[in-house]
Amino acid sequence: MGLLSKKDTKLITDPLADNNPITIQVLGICSALAITAELKASIVMSISVIFVLGVGNVVISLIRNIIPSKIRIIVQLVVVAALVIIVDQVLKAFAYELSKTLSVFVGLIITNCIIMGRFEAFALGNGPWRSFLDGIGNALGYGVILIIVGFFRELLGSGTLLGYPVLGNPIPGELSGLYALGYENNGFMLLSPMALIVVGIIIWVQRSKNKALIED
Amino acid sequence: MEKRTDKNSYTIIFAIGMVLVVGALLAFTASSLKPNIIENQRLEKQQNILYAMGINDNDESSAVFISTDKAPEAFKNNVTDQLVITVDGSGKILKTQTRDEYFNETKQEPYLIDVKKQKANAKKGEPRKLPLFVGQNTEGKTVYVAPIYGKGLWDAIWGYVAMDENMVVQGAYFDHKGETPGLGANIKQRYFMDDFYGEHLLNEAGVFKGITVAKGNADPKNVDKTDNEVDAIAGATITGDGVTAMIKSDLKLYKPYFDNLKNN
Repeated sequence: MGLLSKKDTKLITDPLADNNPITIQVLGICSALAITAELKASIVMSISVIFVLGVGNVVISLIRNIIPSKIRIIVQLVVVAALVIIVDQVLKAFAYELSKTLSVFVGLIITNCIIMGRFEAFALGNGPWRSFLDGIGNALGYGVILIIVGFFRELLGSGTLLGYPVLGNPIPGELSGLYALGYENNGFMLLSPMALIVVGIIIWVQRSKNKALIED
Repeated sequence: MEKRTDKNSYTIIFAIGMVLVVGALLAFTASSLKPNIIENQRLEKQQNILYAMGINDNDESSAVFISTDKAPEAFKNNVTDQLVITVDGSGKILKTQTRDEYFNETKQEPYLIDVKKQKANAKKGEPRKLPLFVGQNTEGKTVYVAPIYGKGLWDAIWGYVAMDENMVVQGAYFDHKGETPGLGANIKQRYFMDDFYGEHLLNEAGVFKGITVAKGNADPKNVDKTDNEVDAIAGATITGDGVTAMIKSDLKLYKPYFDNLKNN
């Protein structure tokens, strides 16, 4: 193992499965419900969170010894809000199209409990490099769930993936593919309650595979 | 032993220092990037207006603007005039200015008129300035593009609607600030915007009806262009109602202008 020691590798791989922020720690549920109606939004949100959590963890870790413990939550909020605003401004100036895609996510990133959770639980007590790996790992774990949920919601709700019709043409009179056989999109998949149910199913599948995860 | 960072004085000094540093950093970023951002927004307005006129790089299914380096040139060539119509509270036309008249008076391009501000002025009882962009679309037909502005579920929504002299829609572009991705945000998708093409804003008697984004529409393929209805997006009721409302309230104000146009 070249670049990463075994301990460091665990920081990345643990949150992907057995310590997943969404399915095990049940953090970041709000954004997982809000923006997973289509796959593209899930992917964009995942990338944004990878960036913010990676950089934010490093910043907090660097100043961890000078943060007054009484106001540490406020300091964490300021760091993540400042980071997100700077990124948003830079994108608006140099990648305007992308910034428009991200518009609604900016607010959601700041309020994402995973970010505050990792600052508080990890970055305050560990060095910058390990904090960086932890941030990337947790954001990836979050992203994986987001993408799975987005995949099923878009496929079953709209019959498309990334905007491309994969199940045929649902317009009456021009039916093709599955729709010609009588299949219909499930409009309920587009609403947030179904996202919660999909997350629930993922949690169920994961725990039935690994009994050690079941709490009493 | 008490840690140095637990002292009240240290906490206060840290908080003040943090606010100063972060505040300065954000202010510096915002002010140094401002010219770029304003330029981007200006180009976007030109792209929006051109898009509504039918001048865009659309492929089969997605909405693509004409590229930013071509937009100013295309805007100059295709938009023949930018009228500014001033109306009072009752909707009566006070005056109609051409682009040059307006520019000489205010030193501002009519397409940069802030529709939101004009709406707020009108609420206070002040006269409202309505920009109207006249140009030729790709079929050589004269179209009139009007900006509209309203609110969706979470935040502002706006758009540009191109009409011919009978107030039949020739193209539409909608955008939003923060509608739900996958639901309300889909008002800027082709399948929604394209539905407006050919829709009549007036009924058969010539009375302004607007276009309703209708649920339970009996005409999902939108064959009937004179029913003043287009098909709504599932799960985006409030955003759709917002589109209906802004079309009704804002485009109605242009009706007297089109009446005059016909009578002369």
